[in-house]
Amino acid sequence: MRWPKSLICAVLAGGLTPVASTAEEIGDAIAGKAVFTQCKGCHEVGEGAENKSGPHLNGIFGRSAAGLEGFKYSKSLVRAGNSGLEWHADTLSAYIENPRAFASGTRMSFRGLKDPEDRANVIAYLRGFSDNPRDIPEADPTAKATDHSVDPNILAIQGDPEYGAYLSSECTTCHQIEGGDEGIPSIVYWPYEDFVVAMHAYKKKQRPHPVMQMVAGRLSNDEIAALAAFFNKPN
Amino acid sequence: MTFNRRTFLGTAGVLATGLAAPMVLAQGKPRVVVVGGGAGGATAARYIAKDSKGEIDVTLIEPSRTYYTCFFSNLYLGGFQELSDIAHSYGTLAADYGINVVHDWAVGVDRGAKTVSLAGGGSVPYDKLILSPGIDFVDGAVDGWDISAQNKMPHAYKAGSQTELLKAQISAMPEGGTFAMVAPPNPFRCPPGPYERVSMVAHVLKVNNPTAKIIVADPKPKFSKMSLFQEGWANHYEGMVDWIGEDFGGGNVSVNPDAMTVTIDGEETQVDVCNVIPAMKAGRIAEMAGVTEGNWAPVNAADMSSKADPDIYVLGDASQQGDMPKSGFSANSQAKVCANAVRGALTGSKVFPAKFSNTCWSLIDTDDGVKVGATYEATPEKIAKVDGFISQTGESADLRKATYEESLGWYAGITSDMFG
Ligand SMILES: Cc1cc2nc3c(=O)[nH]c(=O)nc-3n(C[C@H](O)[C@H](O)[C@H](O)COP(=O)(O)OP(=O)(O)OC[C@H]3O[C@@H](n4cnc5c(N)ncnc54)[C@H](O)[C@@H]3O)c2cc1C
Ligand code: HEC
Ligand code: HEC
Repeated sequence: MRWPKSLICAVLAGGLTPVASTAEEIGDAIAGKAVFTQCKGCHEVGEGAENKSGPHLNGIFGRSAAGLEGFKYSKSLVRAGNSGLEWHADTLSAYIENPRAFASGTRMSFRGLKDPEDRANVIAYLRGFSDNPRDIPEADPTAKATDHSVDPNILAIQGDPEYGAYLSSECTTCHQIEGGDEGIPSIVYWPYEDFVVAMHAYKKKQRPHPVMQMVAGRLSNDEIAALAAFFNKPN
Repeated sequence: MTFNRRTFLGTAGVLATGLAAPMVLAQGKPRVVVVGGGAGGATAARYIAKDSKGEIDVTLIEPSRTYYTCFFSNLYLGGFQELSDIAHSYGTLAADYGINVVHDWAVGVDRGAKTVSLAGGGSVPYDKLILSPGIDFVDGAVDGWDISAQNKMPHAYKAGSQTELLKAQISAMPEGGTFAMVAPPNPFRCPPGPYERVSMVAHVLKVNNPTAKIIVADPKPKFSKMSLFQEGWANHYEGMVDWIGEDFGGGNVSVNPDAMTVTIDGEETQVDVCNVIPAMKAGRIAEMAGVTEGNWAPVNAADMSSKADPDIYVLGDASQQGDMPKSGFSANSQAKVCANAVRGALTGSKVFPAKFSNTCWSLIDTDDGVKVGATYEATPEKIAKVDGFISQTGESADLRKATYEESLGWYAGITSDMFG
């Protein structure tokens, strides 16, 4: 579904000012302004916004990740953008919740907004500064306060490293066990949880890369846990 | 059989010492012999040696001291890699993994006595034998060509001196000259390989010899990643590549290596380079072991064991396994499934279910990479495809560049997975 025309007009007419009428649809932009104080140390938004330690967030909707000319993004986020990651309500929500779920090496050193309500609100706020909201699905489920973190029960699974070692042989055709990082990222010695979160993001197709979506898509929760256990201490 | 005499003599000395070792060490230990140190064989030997931690005695029989990967050999033709970049030795497998590397040809398998005989004399006993000999060419597949013509019309489908020769011939083409390729029928090693090669040759010619032409005679009506290659040829090498498929008589071909002519559907053309890639079959040793049916060696998908003999396993290009393309990635993937099963059978270690995957990258022009891949599972009948993906036409330049960079990462990954 698309945004109702009237709403787009309202946004366009309003220019770069948050529009209160979006509140019921996708969260409360006014409340979102307060949440944005957590981002302000690094990001500016609104008229005259400039890049600080983080890129400015005007026009973020529909933009491809790491898509701003002139800002020096991390390799990780650039890769995600090249693979097709675009910022929409759902992807923004997942990124803001846990920046590393999408781009493990992201330079956004922010622990993440765990409260789905806060995320929906800050996204509603940001959306008001996007003057080109044509692709924003109105009823995008994650624009509402949806929780898409990895289930704590899944994170709690103890992986079997021996099984992980066997399964890892599929990965080491591409990912070097010594941890080289040319063209294909290193996946050794990662914290257990980051690894599980990243794999589930591919499995759920939140991360865009087709090879990894395919690889993760047929791994069970136990297999992901086993791999995380193995790659955590590969020797 | 036409094994090279000099190779035999050259390796005889090494053999004597190389062979003494497995016999002595083998006392009481289960013995695995791997024939062929390529994508399938080197990986299988390394994984068995690594994971059995000395409990299994592993011997790898491979005539060459240097293995040139076929993968990326097209990039060497295109000037993106040096020959030394695609050369690998067996030193680490011997030194760090305790594998007995024997540089010789296997020339026979006695399935009753369970021994492999060597060209240099002597034989090696096995409990489990793994064959990964790659491909040989079907005799008489291209009218007018046989292996004795390979120095005039190279195949360059086994990498090394053949690839070097082809590259030299391309450099020596006269201005406005013609490069011809005779493409193989299915199934063959590396389905996108001939077309990646066309791209790389076009890349070189575009810079050095822009009025040159490329003709491809193909017995197939379509080929791997066809729309991606054709889009790329139109974008980068407009008017240079003439692909003559089955519908236009591309399968009706004869060549004359002395006169350097190619006749396609009755029309004779004088050419400057002719790359003949004939129809393929399993490396000869598979046939000599009696495990082939027709051109290939049928295997059980769950562990890559031969359908003809439970103590012989066939990997990679030589095997007939089902849906996987014949690629280095596939051979490497199959080798790990096989290694796990062989180790389990010999030492009682845990055997996990088979999982296979493949991805093949191809380079069309500088920073313009594409890929195709799939995952597979073992069914009682065959290795069956589960899921797959392919690059799309019209992708952004950034994505194509990232795809190319990925292939460099993969090359580093797979070669260290093979050779340690
Ligand atoms: C131009 C080209 C490009 C390619 N590009 C790619 C690519 O990008 N990606 C990819 O995944 N694959 C690619 N491939 C395919 C890949 O090279 C093969 O599929 C792969 O090497 C198959 O592995 P294998 O173990 O079956 O055989 P090989 O790797 O060929 O190994 C066989 C080995 O066995 C040895 N041998 C043979 N007979 C005997 C004997 N009697 N005794 C002892 N040793 C013996 C040979 O010397 C050889 O070293 C490409 C191939 C070509 C030709
Ligand atoms: C400590 C500084 C910091 C904080 C706090 C922070 N960010 Fe970021 N943010 C960054 C950096 C740095 C990047 C660039 C990341 C990269 O290159 O990997 C970034 C990137 C982003 C992007 C992607 C931009 C693009 O162009 O692709 C979005 C969206 C974003 N941040 C939103 C937020 C929101 C919303 C908050 C608050 C809830 C927040 N950030 C808090 C530093 C921060
Ligand atoms: C065919 C090559 C290939 C195989 C096989 C493969 N990967 Fe990947 N992997 C990649 C590429 C390419 C990326 C970068 C993807 C992106 O841009 O999101 C990646 C990314 C990842 C990441 C995220 C890295 C980061 O820095 O964000 C993890 C984790 C990962 N892979 C784990 C695995 C595991 C576990 C396996 C085996 C079960 C595996 N991969 C198999 C190619 C592969």
